[in-house]
Amino acid sequence: MSDVPAGLETLDFSFSGGRPAGAFAPVLVGVVGSGNLEVMLEPAGGDGCAVRVETSARGFGPIWQAVMNDFHARHPLAGVRISINDMGATPAVVSLRLDQAVAEIDGGRP
Amino acid sequence: MISYAECSARERLALLLDAGSFHEWLPPSERVMSPHLAQLGVPSAFDDGVAVGRATLDGREVFAAAQEGAFMGGGVGEVHGAKLVGLLQRALRDRPAAVLLLAESGGVRLHEANAGLIAVSEVMRAVLDVRAAGIPVIVLIGGANGCFGGMGIVARCADHIVMSDVGRLAMSGPEVIEASHGVDEFDSRDRALVWRTTGGKHRWLTGDCDALVEDDVAEFRAAAIAALDRQQPLTQAALEQEHSLLTQRLHALPDGDAGGDEATLLWGALGIAGAENVPDLPVEAVRALRTL
Repeated sequence: MSDVPAGLETLDFSFSGGRPAGAFAPVLVGVVGSGNLEVMLEPAGGDGCAVRVETSARGFGPIWQAVMNDFHARHPLAGVRISINDMGATPAVVSLRLDQAVAEIDGGRP
Repeated sequence: MISYAECSARERLALLLDAGSFHEWLPPSERVMSPHLAQLGVPSAFDDGVAVGRATLDGREVFAAAQEGAFMGGGVGEVHGAKLVGLLQRALRDRPAAVLLLAESGGVRLHEANAGLIAVSEVMRAVLDVRAAGIPVIVLIGGANGCFGGMGIVARCADHIVMSDVGRLAMSGPEVIEASHGVDEFDSRDRALVWRTTGGKHRWLTGDCDALVEDDVAEFRAAAIAALDRQQPLTQAALEQEHSLLTQRLHALPDGDAGGDEATLLWGALGIAGAENVPDLPVEAVRALRTL
C-alpha cells in the first residue's frame, strides 16, 4: 500500500514581477483525460499571477513548482489567474498546454 | 478536410456553426462543476464535459450542445445533464430554428449513479417537449466514443440523426454486451464486428439514422443545415410506423442461428445488393444502397 492518501491534491503557486496581461476573454485549453489536463486563464486584479492546480496525481508538488517556475520564466504574466484540472499529465504536456493557453490569449484579444 | 472525430467538442462547435457565432451559457469560467467527482478523488472539468449555448447556422438562430468524449467518455453526470435540460427548456421559451446535439457519450456517468440516471431521463423528456413544441432536435454522431447508453436513447428520441461511418450508435456498448452475454455472443475486441453492428453505415442501411456523411466537419455542417427543415411529426401514427419498421426488421432475419454474420444477413434481407461488400465500400457508395 502506498502511503500517499487517495483523493485530489490542491496546489497553489504565485508569481510576481510579470508584465500586465491586460484585458482578455477567459481561455480554456485541453481536456481532463488520462495523461491530459485543462488549463484556464482568466484576467485577475492585482499584479501577480496566481496558479491553482487540482490533480489526481498526488505527491508531485516539487515537480509542479519547477514546471511553473519555467513557465513564469517563459511568460512572466501579471493580472492573470491560472486554474488547472489535471489527470496525471507529464511535465512536458503541462508546459505545452500552458504555452497553448498563452497563445490563445493573444489570438482572442479584441 | 478536417476530421470531425479528431476535433474536441469546442472545436466542433467553432467549425460547424457560423464562424464566431457561438455564445456559451455557463462557460468554464462560471465553474459550474460536478459536486460528486471530487469526493471520489476524480478531477472535475470546468464545464462538466459539455458546452451549451446559442449560435447561428447558415444565418438562422440555433441552440447547440457538444459533449466532450475525452472527459469521462462524455458520461452524463448531474450537472452535465442539467446543462442539456436547461438548453432544451430555454428552447421552449426562445424558439430557435433547431436544437443541435453534438453527441459523444458512453451514457450515464457511473460515478454519479442515480443523479446521472435521472439527468438522462430528464434530457429525454426535454427532447420530446421541444419536439412537441414544433422545434426540431438534430443529433450529430461522429466522435470516437460513439453515442451509447442513455444518450443512444436520447438520440433516437430526436427528429434527425446525422452520422459519419466512424460514428457509432447503440444502447449497450460492446464491452457491456460481452460482459453480460459472453464473448461468444459478442467479441468487443472485434472492431469490424463492432462497426458492422453499431457503425454509421449499418445505422444508415437499417434506417436508424437519417444522413450518412464522411468524417469531415464540413459534411456534418452541410447535413445539419439540410436537416433544419426536416422535422418529423411527433404523433402516434409516426410511432406506429416506427414500430412496424422494427417488427419488419426483427422478422427479416431467418429463424435460429443462421451461422453467418448477422449484420450482413440483415442487410441482405433488407434487399441490399452485395451486402458482404458494405464494410469495404466508400461512404458515397453506401449512401446509394439504402432500400428503406
